Amino acid sequence: MENFEPVIVAFCCHYCAYTAADMAGSQRLPYPPNVKIVQIPCSGKIDALHIVTAFEKGADGVYVAGCLEGDCHFKNGNTRAARRIEFVKKYLEEIGIESERLEMVNVSAGMGHRFAQVATEITDKIRKLGPSPIRTALAQ
Amino acid sequence: MITAERKPLEELIEYIKPFKRILLLGCNECVTVCAAGGRKEVGLLASGLQMAMLKTGNNIEIRQHTLERQCDPEYVEELVPMIDSADAVMSMACGCGVQQIAMRFKDKPVFPAVNTTFMGASERQGVWAERCQGCGNCLLGITGGICPIARCAKQLMNGPCGGSTGGRCEISEDVDCAWQLIWDRLKALGLQDRYLDIVPAKDWRTGGGSGPRKIIREDLAE
Repeated sequence: MENFEPVIVAFCCHYCAYTAADMAGSQRLPYPPNVKIVQIPCSGKIDALHIVTAFEKGADGVYVAGCLEGDCHFKNGNTRAARRIEFVKKYLEEIGIESERLEMVNVSAGMGHRFAQVATEITDKIRKLGPSPIRTALAQ
Repeated sequence: MITAERKPLEELIEYIKPFKRILLLGCNECVTVCAAGGRKEVGLLASGLQMAMLKTGNNIEIRQHTLERQCDPEYVEELVPMIDSADAVMSMACGCGVQQIAMRFKDKPVFPAVNTTFMGASERQGVWAERCQGCGNCLLGITGGICPIARCAKQLMNGPCGGSTGGRCEISEDVDCAWQLIWDRLKALGLQDRYLDIVPAKDWRTGGGSGPRKIIREDLAE
Protein backbone atom coordinates (compact mmCIF):
# COMPACT_ATOMS: atom_id res chain seq x y z
CA MET A 1 0.00 0.00 0.00
CA GLU A 2 1.51 3.27 -1.10
CA ASN A 3 1.68 6.13 1.41
CA PHE A 4 0.69 3.74 4.12
CA GLU A 5 0.11 5.47 7.44
CA PRO A 6 -0.31 2.93 10.22
CA VAL A 7 -2.96 3.29 12.90
CA ILE A 8 -1.43 2.43 16.25
CA VAL A 9 -3.35 2.21 19.49
CA ALA A 10 -1.33 2.81 22.66
CA PHE A 11 -2.98 1.80 25.91
CA CYS A 12 -1.16 3.98 28.42
CA CYS A 13 -1.17 3.63 32.19
CA HIS A 14 -2.38 6.78 33.95
CA TYR A 15 0.52 6.67 36.44
CA CYS A 16 3.40 6.43 34.00
CA ALA A 17 3.12 6.34 30.20
CA TYR A 18 0.16 8.73 30.01
CA THR A 19 2.05 11.23 32.15
CA ALA A 20 5.19 10.55 30.09
CA ALA A 21 3.19 11.48 26.97
CA ASP A 22 2.25 14.73 28.71
CA MET A 23 5.88 15.24 29.56
CA ALA A 24 6.88 14.68 25.94
CA GLY A 25 4.32 17.32 24.97
CA SER A 26 5.55 19.91 27.46
CA GLN A 27 9.14 19.23 26.39
CA ARG A 28 8.04 19.85 22.77
CA LEU A 29 9.28 16.41 21.76
CA PRO A 30 7.71 15.25 18.50
CA TYR A 31 6.30 11.75 18.05
CA PRO A 32 4.24 10.32 15.17
CA PRO A 33 0.55 11.27 15.09
CA ASN A 34 -0.17 7.65 14.10
CA VAL A 35 -0.17 6.75 17.78
CA LYS A 36 -3.65 7.07 19.31
CA ILE A 37 -3.45 7.11 23.07
CA VAL A 38 -6.06 5.45 25.27
CA GLN A 39 -5.67 6.23 28.95
CA ILE A 40 -6.12 3.28 31.31
CA PRO A 41 -5.95 3.35 35.13
CA CYS A 42 -3.15 0.71 35.19
CA SER A 43 -1.60 -1.46 32.49
CA GLY A 44 -3.00 -4.40 34.49
CA LYS A 45 -6.47 -3.14 33.54
CA ILE A 46 -5.85 -4.11 29.93
CA ASP A 47 -7.89 -7.06 28.78
CA ALA A 48 -7.27 -9.40 25.86
CA LEU A 49 -10.61 -8.25 24.50
CA HIS A 50 -9.49 -4.57 24.34
CA ILE A 51 -6.46 -5.52 22.27
CA VAL A 52 -8.25 -7.94 19.96
CA THR A 53 -11.06 -5.42 19.41
CA ALA A 54 -8.52 -2.77 18.39
CA PHE A 55 -7.19 -5.13 15.70
CA GLU A 56 -10.72 -6.08 14.67
CA LYS A 57 -11.54 -2.39 14.14
CA GLY A 58 -8.52 -2.00 11.87
CA ALA A 59 -5.54 -1.07 14.05
CA ASP A 60 -2.19 -1.98 12.45
CA GLY A 61 -0.36 -2.09 15.74
CA VAL A 62 -1.14 -2.01 19.45
CA TYR A 63 1.08 -1.45 22.43
CA VAL A 64 0.49 -1.37 26.12
CA ALA A 65 2.68 0.97 28.13
CA GLY A 66 3.04 0.30 31.83
CA CYS A 67 5.30 1.36 34.66
CA LEU A 68 8.88 0.19 35.05
CA GLU A 69 9.28 -3.22 36.62
CA GLY A 70 8.70 -3.03 40.37
CA ASP A 71 7.14 0.42 40.13
CA CYS A 72 3.47 -0.42 39.51
CA HIS A 73 1.14 1.82 41.51
CA PHE A 74 -1.00 -1.27 42.12
CA LYS A 75 1.98 -3.51 42.93
CA ASN A 76 1.99 -5.94 40.01
CA GLY A 77 -0.41 -4.70 37.33
CA ASN A 78 2.41 -4.26 34.81
CA THR A 79 3.75 -7.81 35.23
CA ARG A 80 0.24 -9.17 34.86
CA ALA A 81 -0.21 -7.07 31.72
CA ALA A 82 3.04 -8.47 30.29
CA ARG A 83 1.78 -12.03 30.79
CA ARG A 84 -1.51 -11.14 29.17
CA ILE A 85 0.29 -9.63 26.18
CA GLU A 86 2.16 -12.92 25.66
CA PHE A 87 -1.18 -14.75 25.74
CA VAL A 88 -2.73 -12.38 23.17
CA LYS A 89 0.34 -12.62 20.93
CA LYS A 90 -0.26 -16.37 20.62
CA TYR A 91 -3.93 -15.77 19.89
CA LEU A 92 -3.08 -13.23 17.19
CA GLU A 93 -0.81 -15.81 15.50
CA GLU A 94 -3.72 -18.26 15.59
CA ILE A 95 -5.95 -15.69 13.91
CA GLY A 96 -3.26 -14.96 11.32
CA ILE A 97 -2.04 -11.57 12.53
CA GLU A 98 1.73 -11.16 13.07
CA SER A 99 2.41 -11.10 16.81
CA GLU A 100 5.05 -8.37 16.26
CA ARG A 101 2.14 -5.97 15.88
CA LEU A 102 1.58 -6.13 19.62
CA GLU A 103 4.07 -5.03 22.24
CA MET A 104 4.41 -4.31 25.92
CA VAL A 105 6.68 -1.43 26.91
CA ASN A 106 7.70 0.04 30.25
CA VAL A 107 8.04 3.79 30.77
CA SER A 108 8.17 5.92 33.90
CA ALA A 109 6.23 9.18 34.30
CA GLY A 110 9.40 11.23 33.91
CA MET A 111 10.50 9.57 30.66
CA GLY A 112 9.00 11.95 28.11
CA HIS A 113 11.97 11.33 25.89
CA ARG A 114 11.60 7.57 26.02
CA PHE A 115 7.86 7.85 25.34
CA ALA A 116 8.52 9.77 22.13
CA GLN A 117 11.30 7.34 21.18
CA VAL A 118 9.12 4.25 21.73
CA ALA A 119 6.24 5.79 19.76
CA THR A 120 8.61 6.55 16.87
CA GLU A 121 10.25 3.11 16.91
CA ILE A 122 6.96 1.22 17.02
CA THR A 123 5.48 3.37 14.25
CA ASP A 124 8.55 2.67 12.08
CA LYS A 125 8.32 -1.05 12.78
CA ILE A 126 4.61 -1.23 11.90
CA ARG A 127 5.17 0.90 8.80
CA LYS A 128 7.72 -1.69 7.64
CA LEU A 129 5.31 -4.56 8.42
CA GLY A 130 2.64 -2.90 6.28
CA PRO A 131 -1.10 -2.73 6.90
CA SER A 132 -2.61 -5.38 9.14
CA PRO A 133 -4.28 -8.21 7.20
CA ILE A 134 -7.57 -7.25 8.87
CA ARG A 135 -7.34 -3.64 7.75
CA THR A 136 -6.59 -4.86 4.23
CA ALA A 137 -9.57 -7.22 4.32
CA LEU A 138 -11.84 -4.49 5.72
CA ALA A 139 -10.85 -2.17 2.88
CA GLN A 140 -11.87 -4.71 0.24
CA MET B 1 -16.19 -27.37 38.75
CA ILE B 2 -16.08 -28.78 35.25
CA THR B 3 -12.99 -27.48 33.48
CA ALA B 4 -12.52 -26.92 29.77
CA GLU B 5 -10.10 -25.45 27.26
CA ARG B 6 -10.83 -23.71 24.00
CA LYS B 7 -10.31 -25.76 20.87
CA PRO B 8 -7.78 -24.49 18.31
CA LEU B 9 -9.21 -21.73 16.11
CA GLU B 10 -8.43 -23.79 13.02
CA GLU B 11 -10.77 -26.58 14.10
CA LEU B 12 -13.55 -24.11 14.94
CA ILE B 13 -13.25 -22.40 11.56
CA GLU B 14 -13.67 -25.76 9.82
CA TYR B 15 -16.95 -26.25 11.73
CA ILE B 16 -18.48 -22.92 10.87
CA LYS B 17 -17.09 -22.48 7.34
CA PRO B 18 -20.34 -23.44 5.55
CA PHE B 19 -22.46 -21.04 7.62
CA LYS B 20 -23.06 -17.30 7.52
CA ARG B 21 -24.89 -16.51 10.76
CA ILE B 22 -23.51 -18.02 13.92
CA LEU B 23 -24.96 -17.88 17.41
CA LEU B 24 -21.99 -18.10 19.79
CA LEU B 25 -23.05 -19.19 23.25
CA GLY B 26 -21.26 -18.91 26.56
CA CYS B 27 -22.21 -20.29 29.95
CA ASN B 28 -22.04 -18.40 33.24
CA GLU B 29 -21.15 -21.42 35.34
CA CYS B 30 -18.03 -23.63 35.44
CA VAL B 31 -16.54 -22.54 32.12
CA THR B 32 -16.71 -18.90 33.25
CA VAL B 33 -14.78 -19.73 36.42
CA CYS B 34 -12.08 -21.65 34.53
CA ALA B 35 -11.88 -18.84 31.93
CA ALA B 36 -12.80 -21.08 29.01
CA GLY B 37 -16.32 -20.16 27.93
CA GLY B 38 -17.82 -17.25 29.84
CA ARG B 39 -18.98 -13.89 28.49
CA LYS B 40 -15.42 -12.62 28.11
CA GLU B 41 -14.20 -15.68 26.24
CA VAL B 42 -17.25 -15.50 23.98
CA GLY B 43 -16.27 -11.92 23.06
CA LEU B 44 -12.68 -12.93 22.44
CA LEU B 45 -13.61 -15.91 20.29
CA ALA B 46 -16.22 -13.94 18.32
CA SER B 47 -13.61 -11.33 17.52
CA GLY B 48 -10.99 -13.94 16.58
CA LEU B 49 -13.36 -15.91 14.36
CA GLN B 50 -14.62 -12.73 12.72
CA MET B 51 -11.07 -11.68 11.85
CA ALA B 52 -9.90 -15.14 10.76
CA MET B 53 -12.90 -15.47 8.45
CA LEU B 54 -12.49 -11.92 7.14
CA LYS B 55 -8.93 -12.78 6.14
CA THR B 56 -10.25 -15.54 3.89
CA GLY B 57 -12.79 -13.17 2.36
CA ASN B 58 -15.77 -14.48 4.32
CA ASN B 59 -17.83 -11.99 6.22
CA ILE B 60 -19.79 -13.84 8.84
CA GLU B 61 -22.28 -12.55 11.36
CA ILE B 62 -21.71 -13.67 14.93
CA ARG B 63 -24.29 -13.04 17.59
CA GLN B 64 -23.04 -13.48 21.14
CA HIS B 65 -25.10 -14.63 24.06
CA THR B 66 -24.21 -16.09 27.44
CA LEU B 67 -26.71 -18.19 29.36
CA GLU B 68 -26.85 -18.45 33.11
CA ARG B 69 -26.55 -22.24 32.82
CA GLN B 70 -26.48 -24.07 29.54
CA CYS B 71 -27.08 -27.49 31.11
CA ASP B 72 -30.50 -26.40 32.36
CA PRO B 73 -33.53 -26.47 29.99
CA GLU B 74 -35.20 -23.43 31.59
CA TYR B 75 -32.27 -21.21 30.62
CA VAL B 76 -31.92 -22.79 27.17
CA GLU B 77 -35.50 -21.61 26.46
CA GLU B 78 -34.12 -18.06 26.43
CA LEU B 79 -32.68 -18.82 23.03
CA VAL B 80 -36.03 -19.37 21.33
CA PRO B 81 -36.38 -15.77 20.03
CA MET B 82 -32.86 -15.71 18.57
CA ILE B 83 -32.39 -19.24 17.24
CA ASP B 84 -34.17 -18.68 13.92
CA SER B 85 -31.78 -15.94 12.90
CA ALA B 86 -28.81 -18.31 13.19
CA ASP B 87 -27.66 -20.91 10.66
CA ALA B 88 -25.59 -22.73 13.28
CA VAL B 89 -24.78 -22.60 16.97
CA MET B 90 -21.33 -22.77 18.53
CA SER B 91 -21.28 -23.41 22.26
CA MET B 92 -18.48 -22.60 24.66
CA ALA B 93 -20.15 -24.57 27.45
CA CYS B 94 -19.05 -28.03 28.60
CA GLY B 95 -20.29 -31.09 26.75
CA CYS B 96 -23.48 -31.09 28.84
CA GLY B 97 -24.39 -27.61 27.59
CA VAL B 98 -23.65 -28.45 23.97
CA GLN B 99 -25.91 -31.50 24.19
CA GLN B 100 -28.74 -29.55 25.81
CA ILE B 101 -28.70 -27.09 22.91
CA ALA B 102 -28.58 -29.91 20.36
CA MET B 103 -31.49 -31.66 22.05
CA ARG B 104 -33.65 -28.52 22.26
CA PHE B 105 -33.00 -27.20 18.75
CA LYS B 106 -33.05 -30.33 16.64
CA ASP B 107 -32.85 -28.56 13.27
CA LYS B 108 -29.74 -26.50 14.10
CA PRO B 109 -26.19 -27.74 13.75
CA VAL B 110 -24.43 -27.30 17.10
CA PHE B 111 -20.65 -27.29 17.47
CA PRO B 112 -18.49 -27.41 20.59
CA ALA B 113 -15.92 -24.64 20.97
CA VAL B 114 -14.17 -26.15 23.97
CA ASN B 115 -12.77 -29.50 25.00
CA THR B 116 -14.37 -30.46 28.30
CA THR B 117 -11.50 -31.74 30.35
CA PHE B 118 -12.11 -32.78 33.96
CA MET B 119 -13.77 -32.07 37.29
CA GLY B 120 -11.21 -30.04 39.11
CA ALA B 121 -10.37 -27.45 41.69
CA SER B 122 -8.37 -24.27 41.46
CA GLU B 123 -4.84 -24.64 42.89
CA ARG B 124 -4.07 -20.95 42.41
CA GLN B 125 -5.07 -18.27 39.92
CA GLY B 126 -4.96 -19.73 36.44
CA VAL B 127 -4.17 -23.30 37.54
CA TRP B 128 -6.78 -26.05 37.79
CA ALA B 129 -6.15 -29.68 38.74
CA GLU B 130 -8.22 -32.83 38.51
CA ARG B 131 -9.76 -33.80 41.83
CA CYS B 132 -12.81 -35.97 41.14
CA GLN B 133 -13.85 -38.57 38.59
CA GLY B 134 -17.45 -38.91 39.71
CA CYS B 135 -17.07 -42.61 40.56
CA GLY B 136 -20.42 -42.58 42.33
CA ASN B 137 -19.15 -44.09 45.59
CA CYS B 138 -16.99 -41.55 47.39
CA LEU B 139 -13.96 -42.88 49.24
CA LEU B 140 -12.69 -39.61 50.65
CA GLY B 141 -13.93 -40.53 54.13
CA ILE B 142 -11.35 -43.31 54.41
CA THR B 143 -8.54 -41.72 52.42
CA GLY B 144 -8.01 -38.57 54.45
CA GLY B 145 -9.89 -36.36 51.98
CA ILE B 146 -7.57 -37.17 49.07
CA CYS B 147 -8.99 -39.09 46.13
CA PRO B 148 -6.98 -42.09 44.86
CA ILE B 149 -9.36 -42.48 41.90
CA ALA B 150 -8.73 -39.00 40.48
CA ARG B 151 -5.21 -38.46 41.72
CA CYS B 152 -3.47 -41.85 41.52
CA ALA B 153 -2.43 -42.67 37.94
CA LYS B 154 -3.23 -46.35 38.58
CA GLN B 155 -6.38 -45.65 40.60
CA LEU B 156 -5.06 -47.96 43.29
CA MET B 157 -7.36 -48.74 46.18
CA ASN B 158 -4.46 -49.81 48.39
CA GLY B 159 -1.36 -47.83 47.60
CA PRO B 160 1.22 -46.66 47.07
CA CYS B 161 2.77 -48.73 44.31
CA GLY B 162 6.48 -49.26 43.71
CA GLY B 163 6.61 -46.27 41.40
CA SER B 164 6.25 -43.80 44.25
CA THR B 165 9.56 -42.08 44.94
CA GLY B 166 10.11 -39.19 47.31
CA GLY B 167 6.39 -38.45 47.31
CA ARG B 168 6.24 -38.23 43.51
CA CYS B 169 4.49 -40.45 41.00
CA GLU B 170 6.54 -42.34 38.44
CA ILE B 171 4.56 -40.82 35.55
CA SER B 172 6.02 -37.38 36.22
CA GLU B 173 8.05 -35.54 38.82
CA ASP B 174 5.35 -32.86 38.77
CA VAL B 175 2.67 -35.27 39.97
CA ASP B 176 2.31 -35.97 43.67
CA CYS B 177 1.85 -39.58 44.68
CA ALA B 178 -1.78 -39.59 45.89
CA TRP B 179 -1.09 -42.44 48.30
CA GLN B 180 1.85 -40.60 49.83
CA LEU B 181 -0.46 -37.62 50.35
CA ILE B 182 -3.10 -39.92 51.86
CA TRP B 183 -0.59 -41.50 54.26
CA ASP B 184 0.89 -38.14 55.31
CA ARG B 185 -2.54 -36.76 56.02
CA LEU B 186 -3.82 -39.82 57.89
CA LYS B 187 -0.68 -39.69 60.02
CA ALA B 188 -1.14 -36.00 60.74
CA LEU B 189 -4.71 -36.69 61.77
CA GLY B 190 -3.72 -39.69 63.92
CA LEU B 191 -5.87 -41.96 61.77
CA GLN B 192 -3.18 -44.39 60.60
CA ASP B 193 -5.41 -47.35 61.50
CA ARG B 194 -7.58 -46.53 58.48
CA TYR B 195 -4.60 -47.17 56.25
CA LEU B 196 -4.37 -50.73 57.51
CA ASP B 197 -7.87 -51.62 56.28
CA ILE B 198 -7.67 -53.41 52.94
CA VAL B 199 -10.12 -51.80 50.54
CA PRO B 200 -11.70 -54.39 48.24
CA ALA B 201 -11.68 -54.02 44.45
CA LYS B 202 -13.94 -51.17 43.42
CA ASP B 203 -17.37 -51.83 42.00
CA TRP B 204 -17.35 -49.63 38.92
CA ARG B 205 -21.06 -49.98 38.22
CA THR B 206 -21.61 -46.72 40.10
CA GLY B 207 -18.83 -45.09 38.08
CA GLY B 208 -20.30 -45.50 34.63
CA GLY B 209 -19.47 -49.21 34.32
CA SER B 210 -23.11 -50.06 33.67
CA GLY B 211 -23.81 -47.36 31.12
CA PRO B 212 -24.95 -43.72 31.34
CA ARG B 213 -26.02 -42.79 34.82
CA LYS B 214 -29.10 -40.93 35.92
CA ILE B 215 -30.28 -39.50 39.22
CA ILE B 216 -34.01 -39.40 39.82
CA ARG B 217 -35.23 -37.59 42.91
CA GLU B 218 -38.79 -38.75 43.36
CA ASP B 219 -39.62 -35.77 45.58
CA LEU B 220 -38.48 -33.29 42.94
CA ALA B 221 -39.06 -34.97 39.59
CA GLU B 222 -42.17 -34.01 37.63
